[in-house]
Amino acid sequence: MEETLKIIVLVKHVPDAQFDRHLSGEGHTTDRDESILSELDEYALEAALQLIEARGGSKAGNKVIALSMGPAGAANAIKKSLQIGATEGVHLTDDALAGSDAAATSLALAAAVRHLGGDSPVDLVLTGMASTDGETSLVPAQLAERLGLPQVTFASSLDVDGGRITARRDAGTHSETVEAALPAVVSVTDQINEPRYPNFKGIIAAKRKSITTLSLADVGVDPSQVGHAGSWTTVTSAEERPPRTAGTIITDEGDAGIKLVDFLAAQKLL
Amino acid sequence: MANVLVFIDNPGQALKKSSLELLTIARSLGETAVAFNGELHDDVAAALGAYGAAAVYRPSADDLDDYLVAAKAAFVATAADKSGATAVLVENSPEGKEIAARLGIRLSAGVITDVVAVDADGTAHKSVLAGSYTTAAKATTPVSVLAVKANIVTPETAAAPGTPETVTVEVPADAAATAARITAREQKVASGRPDLTDARIVVAGGRGLDGDFSPVEELADALGAAVGASRAATDAGWISHDAQVGQTGKTVSPQLYISAGISGAIQQKAGMQTAKVIVAVNKDAESPVFEIADFGIIGDLFQVLPQATEEIKKRKA
Repeated sequence: MEETLKIIVLVKHVPDAQFDRHLSGEGHTTDRDESILSELDEYALEAALQLIEARGGSKAGNKVIALSMGPAGAANAIKKSLQIGATEGVHLTDDALAGSDAAATSLALAAAVRHLGGDSPVDLVLTGMASTDGETSLVPAQLAERLGLPQVTFASSLDVDGGRITARRDAGTHSETVEAALPAVVSVTDQINEPRYPNFKGIIAAKRKSITTLSLADVGVDPSQVGHAGSWTTVTSAEERPPRTAGTIITDEGDAGIKLVDFLAAQKLL
Repeated sequence: MANVLVFIDNPGQALKKSSLELLTIARSLGETAVAFNGELHDDVAAALGAYGAAAVYRPSADDLDDYLVAAKAAFVATAADKSGATAVLVENSPEGKEIAARLGIRLSAGVITDVVAVDADGTAHKSVLAGSYTTAAKATTPVSVLAVKANIVTPETAAAPGTPETVTVEVPADAAATAARITAREQKVASGRPDLTDARIVVAGGRGLDGDFSPVEELADALGAAVGASRAATDAGWISHDAQVGQTGKTVSPQLYISAGISGAIQQKAGMQTAKVIVAVNKDAESPVFEIADFGIIGDLFQVLPQATEEIKKRKA
């Protein structure tokens, strides 16, 4: 009999990268009006679902909790996660969180993870390899450091057995096999699996699942520790980069390869 | 003057160009010390002195490489405390950023990644949202941690080279306990081409290659360039996933980016639009890549690329 697992998947609602994205307001934060579940988080959710399905699923007591932090829009990412198959949704939301940097975000998330481990311990925290908006990739590592947990980043395979994880990891010039004791924080790459789409049954089932809303007070965080006040970095200015403009476009008339080399020579790039 | 600590990890026989860049930036900010992991060869020690390092901090433990980053971060944090550094500079690689993240928590320091310039007052400039914005950011904490991109300054030695003193620092005992252990390591086959992330020139191919990357590889070799690819090409298995440039792959800012058979949708654009010069070859005149290309060729890449490769070889001969 395999041990049961309680997995938290961090999901994030991000501006759709298919469209132009903007920074706005005093704190130069990202507009999230048209936001979706971060594509890279779907791999983490799929990995979690596969791990619990191999152990009898939710009927056997396994849990996959989709946790998101942010304003009302974050609930969309949680809803989508429930449709795909997460067993529970948790939304950490509080006005004081607005403008939090990675340090403040990881502090709030660490408190939420501890809170969710209150009744039974959390075995794994899974994340995507990066968010597709902030792109700093700091939050998972800071979360691991705050919780005092090992972190495995860029896992392209993940096995859990006997309270330990084994993962394969691709690092630039070499591949590695890494091991860590549970609980652990693991970020997975887009190579680990093929995420499923929500099906009709999943969408109906999601309607019966509720999303638990947590405030900072619920997880024991003082509002001064987060938001702009609790952040350790501040963005002092933001400038939209002038859009690249098209240069010379030619149609090949049999000598475009030579013209290409002429262009490189003129730019002193040869 | 501020004290600045630069983390250098296992350089082997010679310092990488990106490390020399970090040392050059560090010197512009204050007195430089180095947190050094790995074997310290004489030539490397001399180079550290030439680039103005006043002190080299080395870990008491020699097994930091057996663990994923947490142990290294704990070492650098201890070195930062000892040296009284108010700024810590690390490489902006995935591992560098992860170390920066953990350092931030250990030192209660603001972390800024993807830095492309640092002012004397510690303000860091970075590009965000796939290069569509440039922001200036500052840590509000006494210590700041900056992950700095490669190729942003020209390395320069110090006016007065010195001999750095070596200091051994104890790595905290909790470091390894909370780290994942590396149990096996497999070297990938080296391509002999420059590393994609800090190559001066990148030649990238996409869907238009239709399974045959040789025109891209041959042009890359003629130019001494790295080979990149769109997600469509790596997903199709035509080339290793390591070559992927774009939102879910690597971000590159080379002097020259040649895009062949890639439509240039935003996914790909995100990874390369900060390149200095962009050249695009695509048979579809409507490809979005032509909107950002400095020089675009509407044509068959199987004709254009080999012709360019031959011409470069001829001119270089």
